[in-house]
Amino acid sequence: MTRIDAKFASLKANGKKAFVAYVMAGDPDYETSLEIVKGLPGAGVDVIELGLPFTDPMADGATIQLAGQRALAQGQTLVKTLELARRFRETDDTTPIVLMGYYNPIFSHGVDRFLNDAKAAGIDGLIVVDLPPEEDDELCRPAQAAGLNFIRLATPTTDEKRLPKVLQNTSGFVYYVSITGITGAANAVATDVGPEVARIKSATDLPVIVGFGIKTPEASQKIAGVADGAVVGSAIVDLIGQGKSPAQVLAFVKTLSDGAHAA
Amino acid sequence: MPEDLINSFMTGPDETGRFGQFGGRFVSETLMPLILDLEAEYEKAKTDQNFWDEMDFLWKHYVGRPSPLYFAERLTERLGGAKIYMKRDELNHTGAHKINNVLGQIILARRMGKTRIIAETGAGQHGVATATVCAKFGLKCIVYMGAHDVERQKPNVFRMKLLGADVVPVTSGRGTLKDAMNDALRDWVTNVRDTFYCIGTVAGPHPYPAMVRDFQAIIGKEAKVQMQEAEGRLPDTIIAAIGGGSNAMGLFYPFLDDKDVSIIGVEAGGKGVNDKMEHCASLTGGRPGVLHGNRTYLLQDDDGQILEGFSISAGLDYPGIGPEHSWLHDIGRAQYVSITDVEALDAFKLCCETEGIIPALEPSHALAHVAKIAPDLPSDHIICMNMCGRGDKDIFTVAKALGWDMAEAD
Ligand SMILES: Cc1ncc(COP(=O)(O)O)c(C=O)c1O
Repeated sequence: MTRIDAKFASLKANGKKAFVAYVMAGDPDYETSLEIVKGLPGAGVDVIELGLPFTDPMADGATIQLAGQRALAQGQTLVKTLELARRFRETDDTTPIVLMGYYNPIFSHGVDRFLNDAKAAGIDGLIVVDLPPEEDDELCRPAQAAGLNFIRLATPTTDEKRLPKVLQNTSGFVYYVSITGITGAANAVATDVGPEVARIKSATDLPVIVGFGIKTPEASQKIAGVADGAVVGSAIVDLIGQGKSPAQVLAFVKTLSDGAHAA
Repeated sequence: MPEDLINSFMTGPDETGRFGQFGGRFVSETLMPLILDLEAEYEKAKTDQNFWDEMDFLWKHYVGRPSPLYFAERLTERLGGAKIYMKRDELNHTGAHKINNVLGQIILARRMGKTRIIAETGAGQHGVATATVCAKFGLKCIVYMGAHDVERQKPNVFRMKLLGADVVPVTSGRGTLKDAMNDALRDWVTNVRDTFYCIGTVAGPHPYPAMVRDFQAIIGKEAKVQMQEAEGRLPDTIIAAIGGGSNAMGLFYPFLDDKDVSIIGVEAGGKGVNDKMEHCASLTGGRPGVLHGNRTYLLQDDDGQILEGFSISAGLDYPGIGPEHSWLHDIGRAQYVSITDVEALDAFKLCCETEGIIPALEPSHALAHVAKIAPDLPSDHIICMNMCGRGDKDIFTVAKALGWDMAEAD
């Protein structure tokens, strides 16, 4: 049982929805980023999604593209991202960390070496945007074997026929992408998302968390209300990009998590 | 079975879209169903005579195929060695090989009922070809082009606008082809129902590398027949420039199993293949990685971050290369070399002066390599190079590089 499984079991036991926050590792710089990440559990975050910077984030909108560029300009790398996770783990041994990014930095590091290093750093799960089920041999299977959760994205284009394939090697939770589009673009609509989540839940026992297009405490509450939890990324990253202090960023995160937890 | 069929180089990719370890389908889940759909449609079209009849008709009457195979007599004399032929794809409608592929993809898009076409472009040739065919069929066309390329390929931007396309300048990254491709993929993820992504080279997720190759293979098929007519035999060496690698794959593919034909791809060496990475030579100066849906050789740093290439030629300015080339490189069936900006400019001038052909900067790279090797080869050695584009689009860049003031020229 990973920290992710444990967290969702305890949320379920308490009848609570999950709040997941995404931040880019190393944005705006390593130390500030570490301070923000360390503050997330206190701001009500149940699962941390830690962005792994990449030069070519094809599924991300301008907000997260720029966050990655800021981090890379400050010298952030995969190695430093794992180091950041390790330093977070010194202060928190229960909040799960899901590393979210693209495959090339991982492939470049070497899959086996990466899995060892990620485990040692206290990473619990992986979301790798450009690895669909068709490429499971690359990282998904080795990651599961190494005891890391591999969290898959299901999308509005994942039809009935395809859903079993998407769910097959997924563990931890299922991440439902609420819109066809990039991060930070359109708004998620609870009345559209609800039936889709129900469709996925009828095919799996895993928790279904919804992300993309959730920007306010109200939306966080509404979407969490029709799923097992909500993810907010761009809206938080936007504040970091505006140069807001960690305290200001975390205060906003608290309003989002309160929203989800009120659902 | 004859020996040369047992070891065919022409059977790839496999059902996972791999050429050896290269290729694949590294895309987000949102795009995966679209790519599978495209693959199914392409597989159907491939064996449908109606599809190829339509292609052949348009290739002949709209594009002007077959393109001539031309003996470059004065160039041959000047270089004083091998006999040099040019496959004249610069004479195609729109001025480059790009339209060979665009026709195929747009006919496919129409069969699939798609009404909105998106494309990325570097030099603007693929954008112009896409805008052209969309105008012909009354389809909406949006072209993503790096802001830096918009600046250095102005004539093509104007042509696309005349043809009714929306040209979207891309400012992310360094504003070149790679970034335009990212934004095109972002558009596709957003507009999944009505949009067809018309990729301009043999890159992207499966089935694009194979599909684009199959459409461009008309170049090599014609060249083979024409060479038989002209010389009664196959060429000894075939040479083409490589950005993503589509004109090269188009020429090379039909020759892959002709073991006596040596195959040379020419990458853009920019200011020289050095540590500063001021070049676009993915095979010579890169290592395998994953970008834009496939595994291939890429220019990248130690952390797997993609580096921006550098070349005087906007069409070669791409940090990757089609996966089939990576495979041909690794197994040694083709040889890959690089040519610098300066060498390409010299070849550009040489071609203008000796043959009365103003070449694009991209094939000028191929020609520069021809100029390098031809003098040392015997006069019965036949080289066929792919003159894949004409230089009208490049005259401003060349004028600047040669220090000419166009405003003063008379
Ligand atoms: C004339 C010409 N040649 C070559 C290229 C490079 O593309 P590829 O390597 O796919 O042929 C371009 C791209 O814009 C081009 O315009």
